[in-house]
Amino acid sequence: MNKRLPFGLAMIMLVIPCLLLVAFTHYPALRALLNSFWNNASSRRPSKFVGVGNYQTLLEDDRLVQVMLNSTFYALGTIPLAIGLAIGMALLVNAKLPGTSLMRLSFFMPTMLPMIAVANIWLFFYAPGIGLASQILGVFGLPPINFLGSTETSLVSMMFVAVWKEAGLFMIFYLAALQAVPENLKDAARLEGAGPVRIFFNIVLPLLRPTTIFVAVNALINAFRLVDHVIVMTRGGPNNSSALLLYYIYEVTFSQRDFAYGATLTVLMVCLLGVLAAVQYWVLNRKAHYQ
Amino acid sequence: MTHGLNRIMWSTLGLLFAALWGLPFLYSVWTAFHDEIYSANFVWNAPLTLENFFEAWQAAPFALYFLNTVILITIVLVANLILCTLVAYAFVRYRFRWMGFLFALIMVQLLISPEILIVENYLTLSKIGMIDTILGIALPYLTSAFGIFLLRQTFLTVPVSLDEAAQIEGAGAWRVLWNIYVPLARPVYLAYALVSISFHWNNFLWPLIVTNSPEVRPVTVGLSVFATVESGVEWSLVNAATLMTTAPLIIAFIIFQRQFVANFMRAGIK
Repeated sequence: MNKRLPFGLAMIMLVIPCLLLVAFTHYPALRALLNSFWNNASSRRPSKFVGVGNYQTLLEDDRLVQVMLNSTFYALGTIPLAIGLAIGMALLVNAKLPGTSLMRLSFFMPTMLPMIAVANIWLFFYAPGIGLASQILGVFGLPPINFLGSTETSLVSMMFVAVWKEAGLFMIFYLAALQAVPENLKDAARLEGAGPVRIFFNIVLPLLRPTTIFVAVNALINAFRLVDHVIVMTRGGPNNSSALLLYYIYEVTFSQRDFAYGATLTVLMVCLLGVLAAVQYWVLNRKAHYQ
Repeated sequence: MTHGLNRIMWSTLGLLFAALWGLPFLYSVWTAFHDEIYSANFVWNAPLTLENFFEAWQAAPFALYFLNTVILITIVLVANLILCTLVAYAFVRYRFRWMGFLFALIMVQLLISPEILIVENYLTLSKIGMIDTILGIALPYLTSAFGIFLLRQTFLTVPVSLDEAAQIEGAGAWRVLWNIYVPLARPVYLAYALVSISFHWNNFLWPLIVTNSPEVRPVTVGLSVFATVESGVEWSLVNAATLMTTAPLIIAFIIFQRQFVANFMRAGIK
């Protein structure tokens, strides 16, 4: 049985590291909650308790409605697409075809690049006239599209960037899972006369389920956490059509200098992630009962 | 026979897809290595040039940005390795009150990471006067829940008998940690270091908020300041700068491809 932790060791091993963690995770989360009940201080007057005033603003904020719709659409679009592509890539790379290492390099490369570099690359790719996207459209005689500059296409264009960056990382997780699929299960199915499609859907896909849950949760957190490309490529525009929640927090706080409303939006974000985590826990638990 | 044909078909399809996937990146590479006039039209024998890289390197203090990133990564990595090891060791080898509660509290950081708490962390940082410093960028990341989790899982697999044998030989807590736990966790340390380096090399939003002056900017923020196309910088220069700032990671990836992929897997699965 383990020994009791002596006081001196506890200070060094636990208290110092954990204080750092609490100071930049738990403290700011609670601080945001407190600050969301106060208004901004100015040079003439200190900040004043306003109760749920900031939350009333939040409920009446038309831009926030747009931002939440964008974020939802963004998450619902990027996550399934990235997962589907990642499974496809993993199957290709796992099949030991000629040219596998080239494929793996191409699929995984975007994951290595910083989001800001990815954003620059795609900014150029989408650039009207000069970019490859509009040149390809030109070859097929289609009219040019201003991908980032029009309200209809800006969000979808950002979603492609995110999928391009993330699918390769998810592929790695699926690759690991595929390699753990027992060969004898597949052999047995083959003996029974099952084709490759049947084997994939009835044997491989169910065994990939834990990986899919893990990847989906990570993708969800990333969908809310990563907004570098929005900052670089569109600044949420045009007309808020590509603004995501964290980008909105960033803009409200650091462009409009409205720290009180920024704190209120942070509370919304933390609650949202909390709910999503609860859903994750529920899904994982349900899964555990199956076994 | 049909099996072989099938393989060739799938291989062709896969390579085609891989080429399509790599297109945006390859287009950027093409532009970076050619003169500005070729950035929109493809001439197969267009002369290659390194001019864009030299020009971009001189147009902004990239050497300084690189240095800042390296300092930042070093601070975070060293702090992470030490602090996460200590916490994980305490959780594996000792028992204390509120143990489960404390562990749950730490794991909260996996969900609510410093990136989404930019508002309040900025206020904290300005209160203690650490805005616009490299240490300020590093501060929220010095302890990592992911690192603690990963190391705790690894330490749990160390056989208790090894630990006990060492104690009978008279080794103290620190000796046991240093001579038994740390060496056995070496692959995990490597995996964690790789993931951590690539994460902090790529981090952008928080350093953007914290830094104002070029002296402390990491490479991502430096790149974004340089590459604002509205300011009239040529595309070929932007692409050269983009590749230049990511080159160390790309080269490292190509060299360590196998370990990298394997370690990413291990880091993710556990």
